[in-house]
Amino acid sequence: MAASASGVAGERILLLRDIDEPGLRTREVYEARGGYEAMRRALARAPEDVLAELEASGLRGRGGAGFAMGKKVSFLPKGSMDKYLVCNADESEPGTFKDRELMQKSPHMLIEGIVIASFAAGANRSFIYIRGEYELQADILDEAVAEARAAGYLGDDILGSGHSLSLVVHRGAGAYICGEETGLLDSLEGKRGNPRLKPPFPANQGLYKGPTLINNVETLSTVPTIMAMGGAEYAKIGVETSTGTKLVSVSGHVSRPGNYEIELGIPSREIIYGLAGGPPEGRAIKCWFPGGSSSPVLTADDLDVPYDFDSLGKAGSMLGSGAIIVVDESTPILDVAMKVAKFYRHESCGKCTPCREGTNWTVKMLERIDCGEATPMDLDIMASVQEHITGNCLCVLGDAMAMPIGSMIAKFRGEFEEHIERARASRDGI
Amino acid sequence: MSAVRRFEHGSRVPGWDRAVDLEKDPAEIPDPASVEVPADLRAEIEAHMALYPDSRSATLPALAAAQRVHGWCSPEALEQVACVMGVTPAYLESVASFYDMLETVPVAAHSVYVCTNISCSLCGADELYAAIRAAAAELPGAEAQVNVRSFECLGACDIAPMASVDGVYVGPLTIADVPQLLRDTIAGEPVLPEKQLARRPVADPHANSREFPTAAGPEQGAS
Repeated sequence: MAASASGVAGERILLLRDIDEPGLRTREVYEARGGYEAMRRALARAPEDVLAELEASGLRGRGGAGFAMGKKVSFLPKGSMDKYLVCNADESEPGTFKDRELMQKSPHMLIEGIVIASFAAGANRSFIYIRGEYELQADILDEAVAEARAAGYLGDDILGSGHSLSLVVHRGAGAYICGEETGLLDSLEGKRGNPRLKPPFPANQGLYKGPTLINNVETLSTVPTIMAMGGAEYAKIGVETSTGTKLVSVSGHVSRPGNYEIELGIPSREIIYGLAGGPPEGRAIKCWFPGGSSSPVLTADDLDVPYDFDSLGKAGSMLGSGAIIVVDESTPILDVAMKVAKFYRHESCGKCTPCREGTNWTVKMLERIDCGEATPMDLDIMASVQEHITGNCLCVLGDAMAMPIGSMIAKFRGEFEEHIERARASRDGI
Repeated sequence: MSAVRRFEHGSRVPGWDRAVDLEKDPAEIPDPASVEVPADLRAEIEAHMALYPDSRSATLPALAAAQRVHGWCSPEALEQVACVMGVTPAYLESVASFYDMLETVPVAAHSVYVCTNISCSLCGADELYAAIRAAAAELPGAEAQVNVRSFECLGACDIAPMASVDGVYVGPLTIADVPQLLRDTIAGEPVLPEKQLARRPVADPHANSREFPTAAGPEQGAS
């Protein structure tokens, strides 16, 4: 396993190349390492050419939905109206911390990606919406933006290309829902972060009712690499429908938690065991979230599933934000379900009834199990609540609880039932 | 079964009786002539407003700035922001009450956010949170000076269990770190410097490789 892990995972380092280079966060060092070269070359071409490279790369959004980035750019209407680019840096999905590392250590790579993407999309105003908790990273971005502006990489007529772009780092104030793209837009407009009814989609009517391109930090940070390599060359990395490399945040019961850059399509086992070291000696994996706490859980039987968008989809889960959370057999499944459900209850914005009430009642039913007041039928009720949330809300926050909880009930029903019996017995003093 | 939590007058809804004076009209946009706003705060809010096509976008940065001055989003703080931005205090309160980092009740000067979400709790965050709360309750003056609260995923599961102390990420924490953490916090010293996230290298052993894996770019392949 070691040979293949180093063979597959080690050769393709695109985003984390030089990541710990001292001073990489300054323009000087970044440029000495070849930075902003891709931007210069892109700005010398026609925007349609740049867009064609992005489409050829097959790059899929790294924020969670996995939508083809080039296609998203192409959805923006043509014309001279005000168009916006928003970088979603509200990284709040439990288990995810990849964007944090990129912004903290290589902020200019993100800025370069934003300039190139805005050029392709014809956007002249851009924003980085960063979660308020990331104070260090926001300060670093502020400094990097000032440096880029001073160098003429932001502002009017960038490097004589005729393309102008402003960039503002906007700090959130602590709300998971602001990672949802329309909730983010409302928050950026200075309101409560309530998601909007779609359609209209942001590409047509987003920020300030203007066409808006919204992309994740990692997606935009990949853009300079694509321009340097060429879209077709980039598409050769990974597998056919999941091209390129992906940062994976591994956490939970593993001995080496952290960010790893992998080529999409390698077996999940290589990430969890080969790179992150797996659970402590002698303990087996009970379940794992492949893409943040919103993804349906998989079990030890699924460890050989290739880690890419479509394979994980076929296995009944999703790649999501690329955050693997490993839970070993020492933790009761009820504890996992409770943490997940309580999180979504806390973060539900309350706009849609199925999500607001569904998350609340799921927590109450789980608590009933724990205090010995549940019957096995409660599991069926809980499962049906999850089904009724899914697809019935303006955004997918409710679904994001329903999917993992539903999968836990389906896969660990026996353990839930034992827990119910045990808790009932101890309550009745048997 | 645990008793239902009760608030004022036995109500199950916290703060249900806060808007007690129904005779009074809602506050309007404050009159600039009658509200005194600290010059620094006014300048900061106006600088934020100038960054956006619609000045209302500055609401979150403006509230954060006012909170830094006043300690929390107090009625006075909201009135000052409302005055500079030309919005009603009610609008600002509606925004402030939505976000976890904006405080709508007075809090201690220092904040310790302990992540108790899934990855951290798998690594013992619930016990850590209990230990920090207990230690803060015992340390003289700590409870009044430090606002210890559990927080949803802070995006640092690689250093689980972790906490954000006045915005500085530290971890992985053990119960043994708690006294030092609280002492540093109260003294305003850098908190557990050797455990700060800012110093941590990336986990991937293959990162920081010098070679660029393509022949396409002529400038790559340094060293």
